[in-house]
Amino acid sequence: MKGPSLINTKEPVAAVETVVKQPGAAEKSKNAPVEIPDPAVEVHDFSLWYGDFRAVTDVSIKFPRKKITAVIGPSGCGKSTLLRGINRMNELIGGVRTQGNVLLEGTDIYAPDVDPVEVRRRIGMVFQKPNPFPRSIRDNILFGARVNGYQADEDELVEASLRGAALWDEVKDDLKQSGLALSGGQQQRLCIARAIAVSPEVLLMDEPCSALDPIATLKIEDLMRDLATDFTIIIVTHNMQQAARVSDYTAFMLSDDKARGKLIEFGPTADLFTNPTDERTEAYITGRFG
Amino acid sequence: MAEETGTMERGKSAFAPNMQWRRVKSHFFVALGMLCVLLGIVTLVVLLVDVILQSAGWFDWQFFTSFDSRFPERAGIKAALFGTLYMMAFTMLMAVPIGIMSAVYLEEYASDNWFTQFIQINIANLAGVPSIVYGLLGLQVFVRWMEMGRSVLAGSCTMALLILPVIIVASREAIRAVPPSMREASFALGASKWETVRSHVLPYALPGMLTGAILAAARAIGETAPLITIGALTFVPFLPEHPLDRFTVLPIQIFNWVSRAQSEFHELAAAGIIVLLVVLIVLNSAAIYLRQRLRTRY
Repeated sequence: MKGPSLINTKEPVAAVETVVKQPGAAEKSKNAPVEIPDPAVEVHDFSLWYGDFRAVTDVSIKFPRKKITAVIGPSGCGKSTLLRGINRMNELIGGVRTQGNVLLEGTDIYAPDVDPVEVRRRIGMVFQKPNPFPRSIRDNILFGARVNGYQADEDELVEASLRGAALWDEVKDDLKQSGLALSGGQQQRLCIARAIAVSPEVLLMDEPCSALDPIATLKIEDLMRDLATDFTIIIVTHNMQQAARVSDYTAFMLSDDKARGKLIEFGPTADLFTNPTDERTEAYITGRFG
Repeated sequence: MAEETGTMERGKSAFAPNMQWRRVKSHFFVALGMLCVLLGIVTLVVLLVDVILQSAGWFDWQFFTSFDSRFPERAGIKAALFGTLYMMAFTMLMAVPIGIMSAVYLEEYASDNWFTQFIQINIANLAGVPSIVYGLLGLQVFVRWMEMGRSVLAGSCTMALLILPVIIVASREAIRAVPPSMREASFALGASKWETVRSHVLPYALPGMLTGAILAAARAIGETAPLITIGALTFVPFLPEHPLDRFTVLPIQIFNWVSRAQSEFHELAAAGIIVLLVVLIVLNSAAIYLRQRLRTRY
């Protein structure tokens, strides 16, 4: 485990209440949004409907460049939907409507002249369950590169991508074996290697460790720290310890009776976990619900 | 929790497992199932033994190299066997690409509105239409309007129509069995719809599609009614060399022999049935082999 755990869910409720009552924290909560200079992805008043069902409501958030931002919240809070809104994966399901914009390097990816296919190359995604193609490791890496017109040396790309995903040493002797022959953790790293092979700017990770054992999970978390030097990473997780361990910033989302999928709080991970400004955030991270 | 509410008392169980009676019911169901299976197998074995005994002595080289004849000892199955193979080749060439492409369109591209649902329901219904109706359609459309005559081509077109719904339904099932995560993975890498379909959906669904196509072909090979309707011949002393030549097929030849008076022809018919069965077994085995092979490779 890297670094000390930032949160202690067993802390008595009374102790947490005193934290909130500290004057500094109370002041900070009022109208003091975190300044993110030069964000890689900006979400402005973004809402998303599945048919008549509004799953995300007026979310505005700036994702800092080459940092890891964790999106946490209980099941059904819209965090995965928001994530899939960032690379327009939601549109693959019929009946999805969006409002507001998502800017990638200042350009609205929902603008009418933008092709979602191009958006998805620039914003890669890793899914909850490892989903390698039932093909060789090599072909898994090269598929995205080939369809996107990769011109340079293929062997180099395969090696660089696998090294980038900390998988090279484990598979270099047999790149022809099927991606499905690997263990779950290796498969997920193959999926990460495949995602970075098309040189995206942003990596979206939708609960990438929820199907993995603790050791494989730690490997992926280490890998994410390494990847953050090159990529802007947004990870959805409902494992708060994981969010605390790996992320630089954390966003907390929640659905309630009035609105579904609202962003409640966003800030540097250390602040959000030790000194939450919203009482719902505090209730969630201290384990009182969700 | 600890309070006793109403009828449930501790110590006196609320359950009456009655294991003996439940076990009897389980065994009874097994026996019933086995009986049903045996019924089918015994019938099949009796039929097969009967046909094999009847056909004994008629299988020789001459049987495969001769055309039909008025004299049973000179009659052979050559024209029918070639006619079947010739017709089925054209049938599959037409039905398989059209069927697979229709299925891909319906599953991957068509938007889900009342019109596509209407089409889908009708395709499923078409798979259940009696084959003689296709024969009548073929007679009017291919033989008369399109002036193909009573030819191999007209027969193939009719058969293609007959098996097209089956192929479309089987292919759609195969496409639907492709895990959504595979499509997502492809799209997330910046692949377009067509690249996703070509590189992942089609290869993954191919074994299922081919199995469906071969099973459909097996059905078509046994069909007699539509070909009689469009006027395939019963007496063919030549090989069709051109798609517009007249022809006959195995079931028609068998039907013809059965309806003749001399008992030798009935034995010839039995031999013809064996040939038809062998063709069917070969096709079905090919389907199984292809499915296994493609599945392990992909």
